[in-house]
Amino acid sequence: MQLLTMVIGLALATALWSGVQAINAEARASYDQAARALGETQFTQLIPEEGNTIPTETFVALRRAGVLVSPLLEGRLQLDDENYQLVGFDALTAPMGLVPNEAQQQVDIVSFFAPPYQIIANPEDAGRIRGLTDATVIAVDTVSPGVLLTDLYAAQAMLVRGDEVSRLLLLPNQPRNGTPPDLKQLKLVARSPSQGNDISRLTGSFHLNLTAFGLLSFAVGLFIVHGTIGLAFEQRRGLFRTLRALGMPLRMLLVLLMVELLFVSLVAGGAGMVLGYVIASVLLPDVAATLRGLYGAEIDGTLSIRPIWWAAGMAIAVLGTAVAAAGSIAKIIRMPILAPAQPRAWALLSERRMWLQGILVLALLAVALIASQLQGLVAGFALLGGLLLAAALALPIILSLLLFLAQHLARAPIPSWFWADTRQQLPGLSLALMALLLALATNIGVGTMVGSFRTTFLGWLDQRLASELYVNARSNQEAEVLQSYLAPRADAVLPIWNIEARVAGLPAEIYGIIDHATYRDNWPLLEAADSVWQRVASGDGALVNEQLALRENLHPGDSLELPGAWQTIVAGIYSDYGNPNGQVIVGLDALVKRFPDLQRQRFGIRIAPDKARALARTIRDEFGLPAERIIHQAELKSFSVQIFERTFTVTAALNVLTLAVAGFAILTSLLTLSAMRAAQVAPLWAMGLTRRRLALLELLRSSALALMTLVLSIPVGILLAWVLLTVINVEAFGWRLPMRLYPTDWAWLALWSLIAAMLSAAWPAYLLSRKPPAELLKVFANER
Amino acid sequence: MSVRALIFMILFAPSALAQGFAGLGSEAEGYLLPNPDTRFEFPRDHGPHPGFRVEWWYLTANLTGTDGRDYGLQWTLFRSALSPDDRPAPIWMGHAAVTTPDAHFATERFARGGTGQAGVTAAPFEAWIDEWQMTGIDRGQLRASGPDFAYELTFAADAPFVPQGAAGYSVKAETGQASHYYSQPFYDVSGVLQLPGGAVDVSGQAWLDREWSSQLLSADQSGWDWLSLHLDTGEKLMGFRLRSDLGSAYSTGTWIEPDGTPGPLAPGAFVAKPLRFHRVAGREIPVEWRVEVPEHAVDVTVTALNPDSWMDLSVAYWEGPVRVTGTHSGRGYLEMTGYE
Repeated sequence: MQLLTMVIGLALATALWSGVQAINAEARASYDQAARALGETQFTQLIPEEGNTIPTETFVALRRAGVLVSPLLEGRLQLDDENYQLVGFDALTAPMGLVPNEAQQQVDIVSFFAPPYQIIANPEDAGRIRGLTDATVIAVDTVSPGVLLTDLYAAQAMLVRGDEVSRLLLLPNQPRNGTPPDLKQLKLVARSPSQGNDISRLTGSFHLNLTAFGLLSFAVGLFIVHGTIGLAFEQRRGLFRTLRALGMPLRMLLVLLMVELLFVSLVAGGAGMVLGYVIASVLLPDVAATLRGLYGAEIDGTLSIRPIWWAAGMAIAVLGTAVAAAGSIAKIIRMPILAPAQPRAWALLSERRMWLQGILVLALLAVALIASQLQGLVAGFALLGGLLLAAALALPIILSLLLFLAQHLARAPIPSWFWADTRQQLPGLSLALMALLLALATNIGVGTMVGSFRTTFLGWLDQRLASELYVNARSNQEAEVLQSYLAPRADAVLPIWNIEARVAGLPAEIYGIIDHATYRDNWPLLEAADSVWQRVASGDGALVNEQLALRENLHPGDSLELPGAWQTIVAGIYSDYGNPNGQVIVGLDALVKRFPDLQRQRFGIRIAPDKARALARTIRDEFGLPAERIIHQAELKSFSVQIFERTFTVTAALNVLTLAVAGFAILTSLLTLSAMRAAQVAPLWAMGLTRRRLALLELLRSSALALMTLVLSIPVGILLAWVLLTVINVEAFGWRLPMRLYPTDWAWLALWSLIAAMLSAAWPAYLLSRKPPAELLKVFANER
Repeated sequence: MSVRALIFMILFAPSALAQGFAGLGSEAEGYLLPNPDTRFEFPRDHGPHPGFRVEWWYLTANLTGTDGRDYGLQWTLFRSALSPDDRPAPIWMGHAAVTTPDAHFATERFARGGTGQAGVTAAPFEAWIDEWQMTGIDRGQLRASGPDFAYELTFAADAPFVPQGAAGYSVKAETGQASHYYSQPFYDVSGVLQLPGGAVDVSGQAWLDREWSSQLLSADQSGWDWLSLHLDTGEKLMGFRLRSDLGSAYSTGTWIEPDGTPGPLAPGAFVAKPLRFHRVAGREIPVEWRVEVPEHAVDVTVTALNPDSWMDLSVAYWEGPVRVTGTHSGRGYLEMTGYE
């Protein structure tokens, strides 16, 4: 029985930990691969100072000046309602390591360079796009999902972007005596190799949450293992003493015990890894969908077994066992050979130990307090860890006080005994209850965070995407034609022209908008100066997004320098979730005056919502505008909702799993306790309480403890959510999310944890109700 | 393997089908074939010849530095068509090398035609890929650079261009494979080499080869040994030996008088035999030769200045300066391909 609980406990802990780690590892590997879709991030890149394109002549001019660069063209290619990232490269100048080796080996160069061209895609995408394009499709495993590789000139043809490229890679081996290029004159900016992996930054929070989840689950599992090992050793004290008394060297005993533990931990760890793999493979598709939807990050929906997480998982299982067993082993070392062999059962929660634990709680709170005054992600996590551990350690103290109170409030003998006995059992259950508290608090915390994010994000989308349709024309001319075509057909056409530039040294976008009620009524402003919209419209002020404001510590009224020595004033700050870069909004006229050749391709269309879809179709049909260049606001919103639903699937699944682990912890504790509690129960039975009644009281006890823990876990969970939302999010991403509370979720959680507690108490209770009276009688016969 | 290596595996390098070195023995379907009746017309023929499969502008120079040491350099531009009508545009490949008695530097460039990154114009003559360029054909400048070397030369020649083979129709095999081929072996050159040890002023002689074809080798020919020699008496000797998988070799050449008058050698009249092999890049390469041209009383030993002149590029071969001793003395360049 003990062996089983120990194996299952450790296996469950390892499973959650390794499952989460597997998902994280898989996703990260996919980003890396995506970032290396063409391993371009390892090279210095030259990107346009403004706009999105570099003329092909610039590439040739640089090469002819002895600067070895290789061009890339990227764009969205839509094939049968699916969007792909089409990447065109020049095989003849591409540096080593840019293109996956497998791709190189399968390409027929003449066909690669000649219409109808060839497209290299991963096997899944290849299967999907075959027949949708004239190009020959080649499947190569190492190409990232959603990425299509092709020849540069093929990409120019497919994207209808003649004679332009997106970026130039600076090759590592430049010729001797080469002169550095005059980037300013070419209107290029160099981006060093390490920068620019936005996806990993964006998705970081998601993985952070998962990792926190995994770690907490593992901690919960360790509580179980610690309890089981402690009990197993306690019960075998007699055996150990006898062995030692017979002359077995201490060292040998310890070695044997350690071998036993190692064996158990390996078996349990292995089982846990298998379970973790199952969890990961079940959840991965939802995680993949979430990441793709939220961040546009492509990860494979399939799991590959990575040796690193096997090794890490096993190591964690063994180390965890070691940590959990350390205390027990130390006790055996200190055990005097002639000590009485009686099991001490569970140490009573002595006053002294309470005090110690209380001091530890205060110390942890102090750490959290200090951490909250510091800046940085690490401090944020220190705050989080300190708070959670303090809460867990404080739990037995608070429960003990509550039970003490209940005991004194109770009048009748049975309730009075019930509360006193519950309090007496508390030490044995405290580890399991702490595990439950952590599980519940994590559930509430993460649930609140994800929920707040969803509510805020969708609300923000509502405000931000006020226009019914958004159009991104392929050229300035097309945009002009479209606008004059749309003017009589729509309620309003709102140009959104932009340049890409550097603000305060980092890449940013500058948008120009016209003065319109759409913005005044809807735009999500966080802080604003007086008459903010008049200022923007007249060109006397600019709006900046929250990220830029936080980074540069900007507030309304501060001065702001924009490219082209443009001095302006911050008129307002708006929230801009999901954008890693800075953004500035200015009056359209002011922007055009300074940057006459800006991109004039985007505009929003105001129209009655029920007519939007039809208008989008008309534009598509009349102008042949690819579907991905027209965003239908309602569809985008419903898509976002869908994405969040999948995020919730993952969160919910992890919630259930952590609860299961905590429930299991309660079960094991109760089982071990029940074996030793005959002495306490027998007198009551003798006094006339039926076994049935006693079993019922046991169930009640578990429920009461679970309920108390739940009530206490709510503030802890909210605190956790608060830290996640206002400390960690800001540190990691630069935006703050308002916290929303979801009491109905808590009610559900309460129900679930009650069910978990009752289920885990059910078996011990059943055993009690079936306990042969003879055994209970033995208590009085002094035969124990 | 890089994409480029792959390209040239397909286009040039020997394949399992025994297509000969650099794919030059492969099918010429759709491409123009050399015609023995064609006569050169300059400056037009200095420019590219679309419709033919391969073509090159190939300059080698034997130099002496102010430090008294011998040097060699190579500047080559290859045009390789992907289709007879140049759709898609041809691929250009540049090779540049500098050889010293104890070091050999080689580098390569690639470009697609049609963008201006590489190309050749006949008049005014310019051949270029990236910043490498040869400007002018009777006199002009030449430059190239790599990660560890660079050079810049001026060159000039008064002599006429020398047609090779039968009035420029150079037969490569008994089965009739041939190319259009002319040379300018009379350049005087001077300039500066930038080497890892510093700059060296150099002067000497250079030799330009112009050749185009669609199918140079017969299917059983696996490579060639090619020599261009500047003899101290003023004559020039070009000779090559095309090795067959069947064990035989087709050899021929041209004896060029000091005034540029070509004397084509009959097949077999140019005799070259390896004297000494040297292990380089995992292969046994003959780096010392006995060369005989009985009708001109030539019996010389040709020795590599640096036996390690291996061009370790996407298309790999041996190419380097040589010294001539025996009945005649002088110097020149040796190129050996297809040694596996």
